[in-house]
Amino acid sequence: MKRRTLLQAGLIASGLASGVHLHAAGTTQNRFLLLFLRGGYDAANLLVPTSSNFYYDSRPTIAISRPDPSNPLSAIQLDTNWGLHPSLRDSVAPLFAKKEMAFIPFAGTNDTSRSHFETQDSIEAGMATQTMGTVSSGFLNRLSQVLGGTPISFTDALPTIFKGDLAVANISLKGVGKPAYDLRQSAVLADMYARNRLEASVREGLNLRQEVAREFDQEMQMANRGAISAKGFELEARRIARLMRERYQIGFVDVGGWDTHINEGAAQGTLANNLADLGRGLAGFAQEMGPAWKQTVVLVVSEFGRTLRENGTRGTDHGHGSVYWVLGGGLGNAAGKVVGEQRTVERKNLFQDRDFPVLNEYREILAGLFSRMYGLSESDLNRVFANVSPKDVGLI
Amino acid sequence: MATPNQHKSRWTLGFCLLLFAHISYSAEVAVAVSQNDVQWINRITYGIDSTTLAQYRAMGRKNYLESQLKPPYEFLTPSAQAAVDVLSISTRSAEQFLADADFENRRINALPDGDEKAKARQSLQEAQDRVAFEAAKRHLLRAVYSPAQLKEQMTWFWLNHFSVFRYKANLRWSVADYEERAIRPHALGNFRDLVRATLKHPAMLVYLDNAQSSANKINENYARELLELHTMGVNGGYTQTDVQEIARILTGVGVNSNPAPTHVKPEWQNLVVREGAFEFNPARHDFGDKFFLGQSIAGSGFSEVERAIDVIVKNPATARYVSQKLALQFVSDDPPAELVARMAQAFTRSDGNIPSVLRVMFSSKEFNASLGTKFKDPMHYVVSALRLSYDAQTRAGQTFVNLKPANNMLNSLGEGLYGHLTPDGYGLRESDWGSAGQMSKRFEVAKWMGSSNAGLFDPDDGSPAKITGFPQLSSRLYFDAIEPGLSQTTRDALSKAAAQWEWNAYLLGSPEFMFH
Repeated sequence: MKRRTLLQAGLIASGLASGVHLHAAGTTQNRFLLLFLRGGYDAANLLVPTSSNFYYDSRPTIAISRPDPSNPLSAIQLDTNWGLHPSLRDSVAPLFAKKEMAFIPFAGTNDTSRSHFETQDSIEAGMATQTMGTVSSGFLNRLSQVLGGTPISFTDALPTIFKGDLAVANISLKGVGKPAYDLRQSAVLADMYARNRLEASVREGLNLRQEVAREFDQEMQMANRGAISAKGFELEARRIARLMRERYQIGFVDVGGWDTHINEGAAQGTLANNLADLGRGLAGFAQEMGPAWKQTVVLVVSEFGRTLRENGTRGTDHGHGSVYWVLGGGLGNAAGKVVGEQRTVERKNLFQDRDFPVLNEYREILAGLFSRMYGLSESDLNRVFANVSPKDVGLI
Repeated sequence: MATPNQHKSRWTLGFCLLLFAHISYSAEVAVAVSQNDVQWINRITYGIDSTTLAQYRAMGRKNYLESQLKPPYEFLTPSAQAAVDVLSISTRSAEQFLADADFENRRINALPDGDEKAKARQSLQEAQDRVAFEAAKRHLLRAVYSPAQLKEQMTWFWLNHFSVFRYKANLRWSVADYEERAIRPHALGNFRDLVRATLKHPAMLVYLDNAQSSANKINENYARELLELHTMGVNGGYTQTDVQEIARILTGVGVNSNPAPTHVKPEWQNLVVREGAFEFNPARHDFGDKFFLGQSIAGSGFSEVERAIDVIVKNPATARYVSQKLALQFVSDDPPAELVARMAQAFTRSDGNIPSVLRVMFSSKEFNASLGTKFKDPMHYVVSALRLSYDAQTRAGQTFVNLKPANNMLNSLGEGLYGHLTPDGYGLRESDWGSAGQMSKRFEVAKWMGSSNAGLFDPDDGSPAKITGFPQLSSRLYFDAIEPGLSQTTRDALSKAAAQWEWNAYLLGSPEFMFH
């Protein structure tokens, strides 16, 4: 991705923030999708510290075995220290191999409450924990205002990350069907909300419903004829890609079910199945984006990592540092690498003798990414993340 | 388990009480109902209907509130009660369901692999689904038809506060019992009893994994959420060490659905606690001494848990956190700090008596000032629409024969009963429910309800519907209580309806019906 084009796009875009954007073409050509794994996924079994004896000693029943070409259930070697969970062999591993992906271990927030809910909220707000409560907007809302791109949340409810001054539409693409109201009826409903504080929500909701039905009309017809289609998260991710390819520049989606306190499994089991679904979705998304994949970045985050040691019930409890995934068709020199500040995985390097430390603070990483990707000025960046020094780890 | 006759006599008693109230307060009857009254009723109850309005008129606001805070009678209409009585959950406890399921699972596991085994597994799963649906059905019947409306709202509130998710493990067998025995009896009781009852219920212990936590094999999931979500709140002042210490105190607090006695060393035998499927097993407990929230707690068994509950409930953070959440549910998305402080004082003064806290809240000027401005969550939206739409049928003693459509409406609006995956429960603010996507779903539900009987009177066995066609929303109740409060904008929209069903859908989709 050429930084200059991005810079221009960012400049043209600035100042275009508005609640009415369904038909706006969007002025930045770059797409950004943030995927939130809710529940605190066990990052140590995704990006496996294969060179660490301490990892293997700490996880007697749930460790992923060291890379072994003759064993399909062993970790996939990424470099001398890290391996990838084997359930991602056919989906995400090829993206890493063709330099369309990077991992950032020891990533996360300085919030140490280990509360799912507080940590998710503080990450989505994009604020230092101690200033939380004074600002009630999410950082993707602020980014959308700064960029003027068209944002959308692919969720049933509007998440904290998109709350704020800009009205952001949301719709879940898990299922898409025929709208309940025709255009005349929709207009009558919307008119009832003139001057009501829900007016923007109501209008956008009704409009988006019509738009999505038109967009996926063909898919529905094909499905009716019995065509085999993707399932689960992959189906959803492919639909998201089609909308982002055509008309949205900033997107958000979340996936739950990562809070593996019990029987999380190792190469096979609960976590493995979740990762496999996610991997198929990400690979499907990349494919569906087509040529636009070159101008797209997907970031996968979670609220925290989990305890390095397995607990008493073959699972893991709430921890601290996580691993973020970065995917895109036009990544910089980080592509195909495990990047960011790192330490060896051993007991003396643990945070509070239980968790991975956070060495790559999420706002610094995101600020670094956004400033490269969109060429944001210091003051624009400051509106998105106040008082943060961007950290450039070569993602773009 | 009450017999139908007992229910009938309760119904008669309740009716007499109502008549009594009617006679005592007949002086107030003649006064027309104001919009303030309507909005007050809409907040205290799941939404106005003729029966509620008549009771309110007969008793006056103050007495009606007292009767809601301490319902003297608690009956459904006879046909709704009959619908509850025939449910299997009305005669069977979680303990029995779990024991039977264990037995059936052992039988299935012993079968050779093949069709018969697969079919047996599937039918056990289906039985589990049916039992969980019965819980939802009972909950909805009571929400719509019970005169103890505040108690029903509070039951939902506490279920959401001590939230469990029916699709975790085998919880579908136990959610009905959880609601009936751990939550509902204390919904207008004492907060300490709620904490204790939920702590000892298999549904919670399985949901938050404490059933699996034992000495030196700690799982701190429930321990953390007990402090963070159920009592003190995330900023309540406890530390990670407190979480680890309460997790140690809670070791051995678990579930045993096998009716046989717990076998432990003789010196531990009298430390075993069994109540239904709840078990405290000393052999799994960490008997070391603990230091929790500034208190030394000597290792002694389940009495440590009792002590810890006391310490937690007495902590001022708990009074604040619980009061804040009640005000969030019933007053405002951003509850006035001064009101919350007064509620917290009432909580502390009354040692956690819930009606005392509610009385302060409902009698406050802040509550009165907030009427009509709170956005309904899906539960309130759906139940209020059902109560209004089928008001005439309710008065005629007719009850929904099928609650699946109502349950599906809640699911499609994202607030299914026992359906929140994570232990924080559903959000209580407008921003949790008023997004673009959610508003368009709500309009779909309005159409569904306004354009047909929504399947609510269609028997499951495929026999002909008891009532067909769309509900008659332009009723006496509508003209007395709803119509006077409509804005010109809404009246204009209603006048544009091309068909009766459209009129119904617009009314149920109007801003006036979205707020309460």
